[in-house]
Amino acid sequence: MIHGVAAVAAVALSVALVTVFPRSILVFLIFQLSLLFVYVARIPTWLRAGLLGLALLVLMPLIGFVNGYYLEVATQVGIFAALALGLNIVVGLAGLLDLGYVAFFAVGAYSWAIFGSPQANLIFGGGFPLAPGWFYVFLFVGLGVAALTGVLLGLPVLRLRGDYLAIVTLGFGEVIRVLANNLDKPINLTNGPKGITPIGRPPLPAGVPYSEAFYFLVLLIVVVVILVNRRLEDSHIGRAWEAIREDEVAAQAMGVPLVRAKLLAFACGASFAGVMGVVFSAKQVFINPESFTFLESIGVLAMVILGGMGSIPGAVVGATVVTVLNLQVLKGFSLWLNELKNAGVTVLGYSLANLPTQLEPAKYERMVFGIILVLMMIFRPQGIFPARRRQRELAQVQVQKEQVAVAGAEP
Amino acid sequence: MTTLFEARGITKRFGGLVAINRVDYALDRGISSIIGPNGAGKTTLFNVFTGLYEPDGGEVTFRGRSLVGLRPDQITALGVCRTFQNIRLFANMTAIENVLVGMHSRVRLGLWDALSHRPRFHEVERGLWRRGGELLDRVGLHAKANEVARNLPYGEQRRLELARALASEPSLLLLDEPTAGMTQGEASDLMGLLRRLVVDLDLAILLIEHNMRVVMEVSDRVTVLDHGEKIAEGVPRDVQGDARVIEAYLGRRGTTRSPRATP
Repeated sequence: MIHGVAAVAAVALSVALVTVFPRSILVFLIFQLSLLFVYVARIPTWLRAGLLGLALLVLMPLIGFVNGYYLEVATQVGIFAALALGLNIVVGLAGLLDLGYVAFFAVGAYSWAIFGSPQANLIFGGGFPLAPGWFYVFLFVGLGVAALTGVLLGLPVLRLRGDYLAIVTLGFGEVIRVLANNLDKPINLTNGPKGITPIGRPPLPAGVPYSEAFYFLVLLIVVVVILVNRRLEDSHIGRAWEAIREDEVAAQAMGVPLVRAKLLAFACGASFAGVMGVVFSAKQVFINPESFTFLESIGVLAMVILGGMGSIPGAVVGATVVTVLNLQVLKGFSLWLNELKNAGVTVLGYSLANLPTQLEPAKYERMVFGIILVLMMIFRPQGIFPARRRQRELAQVQVQKEQVAVAGAEP
Repeated sequence: MTTLFEARGITKRFGGLVAINRVDYALDRGISSIIGPNGAGKTTLFNVFTGLYEPDGGEVTFRGRSLVGLRPDQITALGVCRTFQNIRLFANMTAIENVLVGMHSRVRLGLWDALSHRPRFHEVERGLWRRGGELLDRVGLHAKANEVARNLPYGEQRRLELARALASEPSLLLLDEPTAGMTQGEASDLMGLLRRLVVDLDLAILLIEHNMRVVMEVSDRVTVLDHGEKIAEGVPRDVQGDARVIEAYLGRRGTTRSPRATP
């Protein structure tokens, strides 16, 4: 009861704060923390679902009207959450270390970018861009193409494990990026480093801003991805993946067909990235190969590891933490240091205004991120939300055993 | 009726080393054992039987069907399953999850069943969990169903591996040193369990064992390997008295045996 009141109060208070201080990063962080609190608080499921639903479906879009940038952050969090959930299947569940994951995101993005912009005219002569409505079809096309790419990547690397697999996937990620960079001749497919623009956006009812529409679309996809993830995890497929992660030889000896299971893991993980790629290209209107660098793959991997390998809430929280760190906290930190510098504040008798440009606060961002990662791995290597073994089924088995015992005693 | 399991002229080489040299083997029912000094090729033979190694020569058949060239998971699906000498559980999964993985080849569900959660999925899944509980019960691990495998004591890990192998509903179970590291009492208990399994499940069991007391007590038939060759075969009493077996284990007076690497 007290937890329920606290959860409601936390959400209400944080929303009130956001409306009062619409420009404060700190206040937006408090809003996010209140959601996390709702998720972990000991409250009835209906209350938790209700509060989270209210916050994500009503409050967040309203906050978007107060400060559009927050909605943009939330949308990006959603995009990365879907990527992290996809990579979580490959790395966290099946234990296949993939360092080129962003390639699938790129494949999805380019599949809509090419046909949803005049770019395709250069290949097929005319008739493009496709009507905006095709965007929805391409969500599935992106899914399919990415899944197919996942299988294509999977086939040659099936026999590789651990470090070797990591190196090959890294290479694969780079190959896709380099292809995107260079396929402007002989046929101009990707327009090379200049990128593709303008990419079509889905048709919307009059008066609905794109930022809000994309937020809801991303939210919907994330919910579907979480559902799919959970169902796979709680099935024979998920158990087979985990068995492969634990001991490939034993898994195969116990009847798990390695080839099929691994390809399925690659295809499932890739398909989530493909769908989000389509959304990303439409949302950004412009894409070029710079959006799909090795650093992006590592970023998504950091989300999965930071959140907790093989854990669905972990992947979502990891994606939130890393995205918010990058977009808001570290930026805010830089700005704050800059302000101190410009105000000529002295620390221990040393004026920050004399700081050499090499020590420009903006350059700390990556370093601070790195330090956070290192500290995290030292003090909490299992991640923020480590994967929990499913305990609830114990009760199920015990109940059934009792039933068997009772049934046996009756006659 | 054909013999349940038959191997003819199995040869396996690793580079210049002939690990197994034209071994014939057949078994039908009951408990059979393979014994032999370290490096005799026992585990290699198991690996050939279960598809982990492809033999350089010879033929393996199960219920008249050739197993050579099949993948380990296909062989398991046909009804031949095994345990490992150095326990290979899925360490970070719970006991019951380990057993559920063992059922993989018997699960008749596809990707769509898992995603759509149609009634059949729940029905099958409930059945799997129930049977998993029964199997754990059989090996005396029911109370440990939710224990992560890594945290189980050694003897229980061995029994869990047995339950996991049973989960694939084998007709032939290959156990690689199941009593290694157990006390005599634990080993006897395990053998009692194996005896019951043979009767209850109509199971044929093939053991690799070092514990001679166990082997002689429980086996219907014993085969002795040395240097990759079969040197004796028969009921325990006969094998025990065989001169070549005694020589393989104890050496001949006045000769020294060259040291060999264990497989």
